[in-house]
Amino acid sequence: MARPSRAISKSSRVAFQRRDSIIRSGRDDPPNKEHAPGRPGNCLKGQVMVPTTEQRAEIEANRKRYEELKAAGQGQAPRALPEPTMRDGAPISESAVLARETIPGGWYWTTRLEQGEALRIVNRSGQSCVSLLAWSSVDPSERLNHADTIKVQWAASLRKGRVILSDMGRVLFSMIEDTSGAHDTLAGGSNAATNKARFGNVATRNTRDNFILAAGKLGLDRRDVMPCISFFAPVSVDAEGRFAWDAGRGTAGDFVDLRAEIDVLVALSNCPHPLDPAAIYAPQPVDVVHYAPGPAGATDLCRNASAEAIRAFENNASLSNRAAR
Amino acid sequence: MTTQSIPSGARIVLDCEIAANSPWSAIVRQGQTIRIVDSHGQQAVDTLFYRADDLQERYSGQDTLRAQGSAYISTGSDIVSNEGRVMLRVVADTCGLHDTSAGACSCESNTVRFGHATKYLHACRENFLIEAAKHGLSKRDIVPNLNFFMNVPIDPVGNFTVVDGVSKPGDYVELTAEMDVLCLISNCPQINNPCNGFFPTPIQVVIYQAAEG
Repeated sequence: MARPSRAISKSSRVAFQRRDSIIRSGRDDPPNKEHAPGRPGNCLKGQVMVPTTEQRAEIEANRKRYEELKAAGQGQAPRALPEPTMRDGAPISESAVLARETIPGGWYWTTRLEQGEALRIVNRSGQSCVSLLAWSSVDPSERLNHADTIKVQWAASLRKGRVILSDMGRVLFSMIEDTSGAHDTLAGGSNAATNKARFGNVATRNTRDNFILAAGKLGLDRRDVMPCISFFAPVSVDAEGRFAWDAGRGTAGDFVDLRAEIDVLVALSNCPHPLDPAAIYAPQPVDVVHYAPGPAGATDLCRNASAEAIRAFENNASLSNRAAR
Repeated sequence: MTTQSIPSGARIVLDCEIAANSPWSAIVRQGQTIRIVDSHGQQAVDTLFYRADDLQERYSGQDTLRAQGSAYISTGSDIVSNEGRVMLRVVADTCGLHDTSAGACSCESNTVRFGHATKYLHACRENFLIEAAKHGLSKRDIVPNLNFFMNVPIDPVGNFTVVDGVSKPGDYVELTAEMDVLCLISNCPQINNPCNGFFPTPIQVVIYQAAEG
């Protein structure tokens, strides 16, 4: 169960004991924060802190709760997630369409979504990569946080049913449809230097500059350009930690649908991903459909896919956040 | 205790302990080396860098990983800014495994990860906000950070888990600055996952200037 809401204070350190003041037995050894001390030149024996008996009990209680959360987050939630959307599935009725846009290859686009509205991003050619930034319309200091998004959901991979989180523990977007599940949260977008290294001295556009421009047109600036999430970028991490690009995971006509869960400012950059091995700079247009997806019901996939998502949506609904809708 | 293995002839610019759960900041000048010591083992050290004469140029975890083509930080990693420039180079690492994809803990994300009852626990972002404010920076400037000594394996299907740290007492990482940088540290107070062995402890920071030639 949850730990009592008690702030940690530095004064808790007075309860620490030095290793050499404890009568040790093998059985009493802390199971984890316990190492052989005295690596030569690094740490002298007798100076390493170990927990008191009471602290050990607290440590074990916290560990047990963490293991339960992990089992739920990595076991149940992924099983609850559906298969990807079929490329000919989830048609949008014309009456639901609010606006359409085609973003030329290499360009960016900005828009504002109200809570409940959605964007469909269509990879018309199958060759494109679209990078996303987003900020709360009401308070742009609240913004997309790729790290919280993947950490909270125990998954670096995004797919249908996942949510994209702000830095304030709230849901910015629900991924209500997604045909590919091939998106990058780790490696970011291109910049002038990565383009030059890959393509040589040819005229190119890049995601870093696109985001500076997009932020500027939304009344924001360079300080507001943070790490992004890139759709249609099939990046994975191999067993040695190296990035891999799995070209076979993308197809012409792939799309992803993002439903705004608060009012948001959106910037999209349509530039080749820096890990895309294609040797020629030839960005293709992508299509965007701004539409009204209909209200999320009580059994809505994204709102129920995991305990973490449920809690994030509780934060969205919290009365204390009302002004920041 | 670690200064004895600082290269002979080096000039110690600063040598201090950062208390458990606490923030810290200092300038590291071009050519100086910062050593961060996990004095008691299994202690995550959340770290951000800003270019000292242009604080809008700052650490970028995504650019750092993309530049090296792999997902973790160790010796040989170049620490890259949002402008694509090398800010520091990791020149020594006795631990071998550091994260930069999991970001910092915050009161808000803790509620989502661990339950609403964890909202009023101290968190790294609280430390970063307090320390950043001393330099005229705000939440807008706090971007996802480096997590030294934090073990976050990413598997080929994308599972992403904070697991037990592998750092031992006295393990350290050293970075040599390629430009003057402001270094912000939060000595991570998280007690809801294994990044600190559920037991936050003090760390040591040494900044030194290696002997000429």
